[in-house]
Amino acid sequence: MSHHIVEASDLHYTYPDGTVGLRGVTFRISHGESVALVGENGAGKSTLLLHLNGYLSPRQGTVKIGDYPLTKKNLDAVRRSVGMVFQNPDDQLFMPTVFDDVAFGPLNLGLAKDEVERVVVRSLETVGVAHLAKRPPYKLSQGEKRSVSIATVLAMSPDILVMDEPTSSLDPRSRRRLIELLKTFRHTKIVATHDLDMALDLCERTIVLHQGRITADGQTKKILYDEELLRASSLEKPLSIQLKT
Amino acid sequence: MNNIGRNSFDIGYMDTLASGDSPLHRLDPRAKLITTFIFIVTVVSFDRYALAVLTPFFIYPIVLIALSGLPAGYLLKKVLIVSPFAILVGIFNPLMDRGILFHIGSIGISGGWVSFISIVLRFMLTVTAALILVSLTGFNAVCAALIKFGVPKPFVVQLLFFYRYIFVLSDEAERMVRAGSFRAFHSGAMGFKTFISLLGNLLLRTLDRAERIYYAMCCRGFDGNIRIIRSMRITYQEIMFIFGWGALFIFLRYFNVPLKLGTFITGLLK
Repeated sequence: MSHHIVEASDLHYTYPDGTVGLRGVTFRISHGESVALVGENGAGKSTLLLHLNGYLSPRQGTVKIGDYPLTKKNLDAVRRSVGMVFQNPDDQLFMPTVFDDVAFGPLNLGLAKDEVERVVVRSLETVGVAHLAKRPPYKLSQGEKRSVSIATVLAMSPDILVMDEPTSSLDPRSRRRLIELLKTFRHTKIVATHDLDMALDLCERTIVLHQGRITADGQTKKILYDEELLRASSLEKPLSIQLKT
Repeated sequence: MNNIGRNSFDIGYMDTLASGDSPLHRLDPRAKLITTFIFIVTVVSFDRYALAVLTPFFIYPIVLIALSGLPAGYLLKKVLIVSPFAILVGIFNPLMDRGILFHIGSIGISGGWVSFISIVLRFMLTVTAALILVSLTGFNAVCAALIKFGVPKPFVVQLLFFYRYIFVLSDEAERMVRAGSFRAFHSGAMGFKTFISLLGNLLLRTLDRAERIYYAMCCRGFDGNIRIIRSMRITYQEIMFIFGWGALFIFLRYFNVPLKLGTFITGLLK
């Protein structure tokens, strides 16, 4: 069986206070795909992401990770295979040092001590911040925090990477570095973002959410050139396209 | 205004200190926990007029700080920040207990003042010891040690989260107070109404954030068990540490060193 497949069918979700998050979302993302999830504020992007590893459970519809529907029973396995990078790194980093933070996941998975150390060093090296290992996370810059957040997730060796606004509050160079880094990953990637230029650069497929519904799902290039569709979804053409035309 | 923020950072600094690598840092957390426990119990067990007999106990924090290279000034500052609690506990003693205990020159010192100073001394000793424990061990390791000693897990996890979220709370509070003070042009002090709504907001925000952090922990396999990377092993070093200090504490408890020393010196002078 393959863990790398994410499938949602007819997801509905309403928050306890009555706000409707999702109104019937259906898609299938297969092995190794890189998908951008775009849409205006409140379109339901984050709500959708929170369904993908069982933090929220849908009022109606199912989520399948791999070949099995997500249930309470396989929650642990699912959370292991779906790595979630939060929008705010401060929510994700909670240990006294960067090293401890990255080691938190592997320790919980029950890896042996030297194995944990190896995994931590490798993850930090992958994102290029091995030199920060001894530092407390709250003293890092935003870009460094983001890299460390990604390292904490990589350390769990997930099959699927889910990221909420990975490029937000990064300076241009850190953003570029992050995009280049993400390009090297072979995981299935789902990226919720307002950074349409990044979507264009990183993801071959784009799903557009608007008021809890999917209004478009297809090739990123086609979607981001479709001015009418973008306007209807409170979006606009990415700058790189605007400059070309 | 920024005090809250600075303090919280400072507490976090203890965990940074704990990642140091002196022989004392490497000691099994259980050894340090038990020694600190013996220390605190001994210090607290003196009668309420104990003064001079308490002073030799300062050797424990001093030696530990000297050997581990912990920043003494930082720890002292932490002790001072919480000292109002101790002062509040003891401040009424001088009023309640006016019996004269002894004289310095012509000034009579009442039992109340002696017990007040005794409380402050004990407070300084115990709090310093606890701070040193956390700065040498790290809070997670202290919690892990508690579990090994058989303290029920729910209590320890509660403690762990309390410690984790206290930062979250103070960070949020700092941001809100700052935002408020930027818009309160007319007066420095915050009105009662503003304060109440700020407090309510703080609670809601903190709950939200705490939940996100908890979720982040769950995402990385947190199941209520505390795991630390430093292995716990009791070797002869740990045994020496516990019994060495333990013996000293008990000796100092039952053998009044300052008194003996005083009699000895006055004996020499005679």
